[in-house]
Amino acid sequence: MESKLVRWLIRIASGFTLLFLYIPIFIVVIYAFNNSIGQKWPITDFTTKWFGVTWHNDLVRSALTNSLYVGALATLIALVLGSAAAFAVHRFSFFGRGAISFALVLPIALPGIVTAIALNSAINTFQIPFSLYTIVIGHATFCIVVVYNNVIARLRRTPTSLVEASMDLGADGWQTFRYVTWPAIRTAIIAGALLAFALSFDEIVVTNFTSGTELTIPKFIFNNVRQPRNRPIVNVVALAVVLLSLIPVYFAQRLTGGAAEVRSGAAAQRQI
Amino acid sequence: MASVSTRAGDTGGTIRRISALLFRHPRLKLGVVLGAPLLWFTVVYLGALAVLFVSAFWRLDVFTSEVVHQWGFSNFETLLREPVYRIIALRTIGIAAAVTLTDIALSFPLAYFAARIATPRVRKALLLMVVIPLWANYLVRIFAWKLILSPGGLFDSAANLVGFSLQIANSNWAIWITFVYLWLPFTLLPIYGALERVPSSYLEASSDLGGRGWMTFRRVVFPLILPGIVAGSIFSFSLTLGDYIAPDLVGNTQFIGTVIYQSTGVANNVPFGAAYAFVPLIVMAVYLVIAKRMGAFDAL
Amino acid sequence: MSKLRRGLAVFGVLAVVAAACNNGNGGGGGGSGTSGGGGIEPVKTFDSIGATEGELNLIAWNGYTEDGSVSEAYDWVTPFEDKTGCQVTVKYADTSDEMVTLMRQGGGTVYDGVSASGDATNRLIAGHDVAAVDPSLFPDFPNVIAPLQPEGGTNNAHYVVNGSVYGVPYMYGPNFLMYNTDVVKPAPTSWDVTFEADSPYKGKVTAYGTAIFIADAAMYLKTHNPDLGITDPYELTQEQLDAATELLKTQNTLIGKYWTLYTDEIDGFVNGSMVVGTAWPINLSYAEADVPVDSVIPSEGATGWADTWMISANAPHPNCMLEWMKWTMTPDVQGLVAVWYGAAGSNVKSCDVVRAALGKDADLVDTVRYGNCGNADFLNSLYLWKTPSADCGDSRGSVCMDYSVWQQKWTEITGS
Repeated sequence: MESKLVRWLIRIASGFTLLFLYIPIFIVVIYAFNNSIGQKWPITDFTTKWFGVTWHNDLVRSALTNSLYVGALATLIALVLGSAAAFAVHRFSFFGRGAISFALVLPIALPGIVTAIALNSAINTFQIPFSLYTIVIGHATFCIVVVYNNVIARLRRTPTSLVEASMDLGADGWQTFRYVTWPAIRTAIIAGALLAFALSFDEIVVTNFTSGTELTIPKFIFNNVRQPRNRPIVNVVALAVVLLSLIPVYFAQRLTGGAAEVRSGAAAQRQI
Repeated sequence: MASVSTRAGDTGGTIRRISALLFRHPRLKLGVVLGAPLLWFTVVYLGALAVLFVSAFWRLDVFTSEVVHQWGFSNFETLLREPVYRIIALRTIGIAAAVTLTDIALSFPLAYFAARIATPRVRKALLLMVVIPLWANYLVRIFAWKLILSPGGLFDSAANLVGFSLQIANSNWAIWITFVYLWLPFTLLPIYGALERVPSSYLEASSDLGGRGWMTFRRVVFPLILPGIVAGSIFSFSLTLGDYIAPDLVGNTQFIGTVIYQSTGVANNVPFGAAYAFVPLIVMAVYLVIAKRMGAFDAL
Repeated sequence: MSKLRRGLAVFGVLAVVAAACNNGNGGGGGGSGTSGGGGIEPVKTFDSIGATEGELNLIAWNGYTEDGSVSEAYDWVTPFEDKTGCQVTVKYADTSDEMVTLMRQGGGTVYDGVSASGDATNRLIAGHDVAAVDPSLFPDFPNVIAPLQPEGGTNNAHYVVNGSVYGVPYMYGPNFLMYNTDVVKPAPTSWDVTFEADSPYKGKVTAYGTAIFIADAAMYLKTHNPDLGITDPYELTQEQLDAATELLKTQNTLIGKYWTLYTDEIDGFVNGSMVVGTAWPINLSYAEADVPVDSVIPSEGATGWADTWMISANAPHPNCMLEWMKWTMTPDVQGLVAVWYGAAGSNVKSCDVVRAALGKDADLVDTVRYGNCGNADFLNSLYLWKTPSADCGDSRGSVCMDYSVWQQKWTEITGS
């Protein structure tokens, strides 16, 4: 389709973008092996001792547990409420629908500091004690938005004729959902859940204002990245998180059968 | 409408009864489906936001250092009167725009390659490679750039190798590069999605009708993917507009986010911070309305 | 479109209702919504120490709560934990702004105490965020250096208000001028190398990056522009504040980077991008391992800080906090902190502990490097951080500028 020259230009440009994406990751990786505490360039001394130090650090372990727990809970809430909202806005026309779909973009569109201050004031005003659950509330707010966006985008691309056909053939609401709707939106839900979990796992702006003394991984990093002596531990934690993240991403690829194929399947549908 | 059950056995009985009930009473269905999220959002989020934005109309009494709940516009008057707040707002919006454009420029080749040139296996690998950096913590990535751009760091050494000395640490250039890096995957994925959804039949038809590569791109592909590009730009623009951590770490000047953040500490001037928060709110509202008109919401 | 308008109308109504129902905690003010009126009465006074609760959550400056993880010899947290059973968790903050925000979280129920500097202490006292204590609970109080004594001290206004004592003094020290001895020649004797437009070190000057730094400029003008009539660099009239702002705008052209993260200044001096500027003693201790630096109190004087451990009025673990306050007043602890941090302990007996630790360098204790430990005149010469407020505290009345105005001026200086 494109000329050979254009293809090569695109290849080179893509390579540059990938390089740009990975240079800082490379920095994070090699500084996890840096023997000296001061973060100077270039590194002269390499060691693996920081991995042991980090593994034995109780704070790191409890931060990891907290982050996983908060992420799972926030994602679960987001899945239920976000999908419900997407179905409601897509299927029904009701008073305030426009305002609701606008309001559901706010958490992503507003600066995080605004959300953070607002939630912090609300928590203080209602005298809710800070805990992992206040963190979940803060995270769920934008996780809902992420799932909502993914699901409603997919719903808009799913032809309603399928649902009508299913009803015509005698299936009731639940069967239609299970056999027709769910397969169509399944990958969007999984994609939304993954993105929501990733956002929650990496969140620091709102978490700083809603967590009290509870530690999540980003908070641990925030607290320690300013201590010159703890920076190697921070680098190890960051590296570990990247490696750990390969697991859910791999499973997601397996489960969705590759988002690419599903999307092109939907495009093929439209061509019919 | 009669619901004829084709299932043997009664295991789905209750569920079917509930679903039939909900079908007969669509408003109840609406209420159940919408009730929980609406309640959550109204009470927790919109309520908190409403209080914050209402407090923008209050003021800090400089004699008692306490917030006085009197309706007024003193915060807005200060914001309009002092030129520095305009300068900061323009700087933030300007850098947000620059970051967005750079992200689009950097994303496009890779998205195009993945969507239209690469084989399925390579495509999967590329998408994975784009998403993995997101998992390295936000703060860690900022500090990595701080290190790279610092005097004597990787960037400096590389520049020296090529023969020139370029000190951009703690400047707006450093902020620009850092933000471009942070939001690149967010911009790339919607563009990729849009490119992937362009049916090959359109491209074949265009070449059948005599369009050469660039004309096909300009007349056929670009209008089709524009909503996706705009969708990707929403993230990079809004995230840059409100950030207060990165400018503080890699830069040396004030952004909208840092001003809001600093007004809430010892200064105890949350009304002033809330008043300034109207700027990103209005900017994003305008941006989102334009984006919606361009169909970006369908391309998220 | 009309649906959208209706939706927005609903939102607007919600907002107005929320405003009407809101009863006085103006969005983030935490405990400061109540009107103080004239004299401030402590919301609570602790006069006894009961059984400890097993946990302690602190907010502290970096370097104030070492537990041996950085260097095994420097640990005054583990012995405390062993002795009282209170497990200590610390949240580090880089600025007083952060400390105030953190202390106010959850209405003061998240953190038990804070090592507050003078610009935060008055804010917290006025906001009823911290409780008063009975000095007789702490056997080391009589050993506190004279200016900081609750009774008759000349420099205690940051933690003693209306006769109530709101905490225990911890460490104090100067914001001295640090310079790279290889680059900055001759050795500076005045702050002019950091303020005047003709400074030979343009682009490599640094300064502390929060609004309280305006006081340093005011202090400079006190000597160099006596017509302004500045007496207290924290109590500035509009005219004086404007003059200080102009000076700082000039300085802004000399600055490479402002530092709030203390590691930024250390890194800056080590990689050569900073050669002269305001510094804390701990920055000097870290930096001199890699680059030749020295410190000096210039002729115009120096600002400084005297930190106080304060207990939250709603502390979840008050007895542990009181035990911590008692512990950190002992000469051994303050001596260890002083050697680590380079500040001076408020307990004059700690100076001998530092001398013993330094061995043959014991004379350094009497230099600015260790805050001239035990020297009351030196402490009195420092312009200690305090919150600027509208009440000038002298014959001028209430014409001075509140910190929120300082904050806006600071935005002007750094944001233009």
